[in-house]
Amino acid sequence: MSSRPELKAPPEIFYDDVEARKYTSSSRIIEIQAKLSERALELLALPDDGVPRLLLDIGCGSGLSGETLSENGHQWIGLDISPSMLDIALEREAEGDLLLKDMGQGLGLRSGVIDGAISISAVQWLCNADKSSHEPRLRLKAFFGSLYRCLARGARAVFQVYPESLAQRELILSSAMRAGFAGGVVVDYPHSSKSRKEYLVLTCGPPSINTELPKAKLEDEESCSDDESSGDEENQTVCISDRHRPRKKQKTTKKGKGREWVLKKKEQMRRKGNAVPLDTKYTARKRKARF
Amino acid sequence: MRVLTHNMLSSNIKGVTNGFPLGIEVEKVIEKQVDFNPDFLKNMFIKIEWKALVDASRSLGYDELPEEAPESSVIDSDDFLRKFHHALLELHLEEGALVCPQTGRKFPVNKGIPNMLLHEDEV
Repeated sequence: MSSRPELKAPPEIFYDDVEARKYTSSSRIIEIQAKLSERALELLALPDDGVPRLLLDIGCGSGLSGETLSENGHQWIGLDISPSMLDIALEREAEGDLLLKDMGQGLGLRSGVIDGAISISAVQWLCNADKSSHEPRLRLKAFFGSLYRCLARGARAVFQVYPESLAQRELILSSAMRAGFAGGVVVDYPHSSKSRKEYLVLTCGPPSINTELPKAKLEDEESCSDDESSGDEENQTVCISDRHRPRKKQKTTKKGKGREWVLKKKEQMRRKGNAVPLDTKYTARKRKARF
Repeated sequence: MRVLTHNMLSSNIKGVTNGFPLGIEVEKVIEKQVDFNPDFLKNMFIKIEWKALVDASRSLGYDELPEEAPESSVIDSDDFLRKFHHALLELHLEEGALVCPQTGRKFPVNKGIPNMLLHEDEV
């Protein structure tokens, strides 16, 4: 993606009715969101006892990530700043409760009640100052501070983020640390430019064995790439998939170059003194299919 | 919005020291069936503010819950859990408003979604 939505407009304006519908009707986005939330849930490392938990989905949007939570049996509360996205979530019959809320204003939840929080591609929005009253540092502080308060002790928060730059990642991470979180960044598929995903895994409470960062996913067999190998002996098998990589498509319009272009070229040739056939009604006309 | 969420939510307007519990103004209440899960309810019970739960469910028109928080021996009874379940998860405030207990500021609830956005001078 060359254009980042964060750079276009504030979230409540960018995700208007049209954009919200577009976002949720794209099967590709739905699939990606489901995968990301699946992984985020995995990183949350909730105790494996089958008891549903109360989770928070920050920047829940149209409830795509919440769907994954519901499928895993959890109760969730989602919050988002875009009313259009929440409308779509209602249409999709999201099972969690929805709140229209700006995370940069603090979460306003009671202390210690939430068992875990996930957020898919949302926190980087906090780094923008969209209004004169916005100060990214203060908004991040309000957000992480209120999140730390509402999480139960030892609970985790996992944010999938697309930081724009190193400085932005640094800013987000340092705000989280200042709020009291322990943890760090898990990068899945670090060598791939496309499937590389960053997750901020934060734990409420002082560092301990439980706060050790989970392992990142590396390139597996299916998606191995041919770039300078990571030095792994087993991974050095030749990838067949690379042979079938789609060629870059030639840039041609369907219609071809057209009569105007042909006439122009003929005129050029005439001026050079070449022998050029006359312009007739047959010039640059398409042949019939049976030819 | 369910009573569960109401029980977690507090007003975070600047200068408000105790924004919990939010008052409820009811225009429309709906009920939705939710799967009954005793484990989740027992887990939730310790986190719930009982008084706020009772008040909220009363204002939504359900007054089967006891005034005082029940003893831990009662919690395992199926009858109690069913009531608790209904109050916590099945009652939805569809239209109305939430009211900050200290400032009286109203947060409108439309189509079950409370608008908790603060104005610039409230942050």
